[in-house]
Amino acid sequence: MSALLDYYWTNAKLSVIEQFQYPVANYFYMIGMIAEPVIYLVVWSTVARAQGGEVGGYTPGAFAAYYIVWTLVRNMNIVFTPYGWEWRIRTGQLSVSLLRPLHPLHSDISFFAGWKFVVIVLWLPLAAFLSLVFKPALNPTVLEIGVFFLAIWGAYLIRTMLLWLLGMLSFWTTRVSALFELYFALELLLSGRLVPLSLMPPWVQTLAGYLPFKWAFQFPIESLVGQLSPVELMAGLGMQVFWIAAGALVLQGVWRFAIRHYTAVGG
Amino acid sequence: MNLFRLAFIFFRVGALNELQYRVNFFIQLLQSLVALGVGLVGLGLVFSHTTDLNGWSRPELLAVMGVHILMGGLINTVIQPNMQRLLEEVREGTLDYALTKPEDAQVIVSVREFRIWKVVDVVMGMMVLLAAMLQLQARLGLWQALAFAVALLFGWAMIYAFWLMLTSTVFWFIRIDEMVNLFEGVYAAGRWPVSVYPDWLRTGLTFLVPVAFAVTVPAEALTGRLTWQTLLGAAALAVVLLILARWVWRTGLRRYSGASA
Repeated sequence: MSALLDYYWTNAKLSVIEQFQYPVANYFYMIGMIAEPVIYLVVWSTVARAQGGEVGGYTPGAFAAYYIVWTLVRNMNIVFTPYGWEWRIRTGQLSVSLLRPLHPLHSDISFFAGWKFVVIVLWLPLAAFLSLVFKPALNPTVLEIGVFFLAIWGAYLIRTMLLWLLGMLSFWTTRVSALFELYFALELLLSGRLVPLSLMPPWVQTLAGYLPFKWAFQFPIESLVGQLSPVELMAGLGMQVFWIAAGALVLQGVWRFAIRHYTAVGG
Repeated sequence: MNLFRLAFIFFRVGALNELQYRVNFFIQLLQSLVALGVGLVGLGLVFSHTTDLNGWSRPELLAVMGVHILMGGLINTVIQPNMQRLLEEVREGTLDYALTKPEDAQVIVSVREFRIWKVVDVVMGMMVLLAAMLQLQARLGLWQALAFAVALLFGWAMIYAFWLMLTSTVFWFIRIDEMVNLFEGVYAAGRWPVSVYPDWLRTGLTFLVPVAFAVTVPAEALTGRLTWQTLLGAAALAVVLLILARWVWRTGLRRYSGASA
């Protein structure tokens, strides 16, 4: 166990050092990413103002808070892309990681976790800028801040599991991109990334309740900006733990089949 | 003209290449349909809560979306694949092969790649536009259609100039994946007419990243909002940006030292 922790620590540290070498590239990436929530924010603030200052319980200030916290949660949602699996398999990268005495999942989790620290540091000035421009209505309690800090990491782990599962489809077929796009579209609509789910029709909200997506996106945001009761906050963290565990379990099962299916190319 | 002859030859090679992989057409079709679906859901959501967005009605916004998809298709067919290839080649040093050709290097790097399946988006954008025009019951005069085509062309040229400048930064900062992401993020802003954005952002989307001219202005031509002053401004800005892009490209190229062989 301590060896595993040591591995996580070292790999994360390596990734921090590596990523700090590319501040400009990382910033380009983040600016591109911030365009998306700013668009949603502007459109929905316009709608809210046209409706007399509020739509679906959100004022322009509340939308601002939602979409600014959105940017951090979105960054926490970046994990190894499912498109990368094809590359891993084709170039034989996977053979190398299979030779290591550790499940490759650990390497991905720790590497991207390290990157997150770089991202958070670079994100702070952007968040300050966005707050100055859009004036979010944000007054969280200490408990909410605490839950938020746990929830963003919960979101990170849920999304890691989901995208690993998705990416592993590449073991069976190479025509996966359309499937990935379909997945990302569903995720966009059902996670609270496009709009807070309370603006969606009721049946969509019910559907989203049964799926993992919103626990990796809307819940962390709401835990900070929303009016969730302490019970709801704890229940939310519980749901995150449930989806992480479920994801890990399914992933273990699929991984065993996938690996049997894998024939190495190069290395 | 040499430029067009060259572009046509590369186009033929690219088309022949991609025609070998016909399943990719269906994959592209599926992807475009998914994107269209998401766009329509977004539009539907907005208009389930309001009846107009800053003076734009639902069918008018559908027209904007049509132009956005159409322009996106044009960008993805020619501009973006060429720029992506350029980014990769600068990093790997294989740009040498383009530079040693007896033709203007900027021309070569701008017409080498054609993704013909992306034309699906061009067609789909036109269909969305058509649906929007039917809903608007707009009568499209010859002059309006012409203004639309011209505005589209200027917008395309501006996006090309912008992409080339963005790509040329690779001569200073060598890491590339983020550029595509940056461009796509900003281009997504064109899904809505730029008049909904706050002033500072609208200025940026007009002059810094010419999304306004690429999408909103052609859409204005179709919805009868375009003035000839705007069209003239578009022409002027297109010329300025093309000259600027050429300058940035040449300045950057001087820093290129090759890494191959």
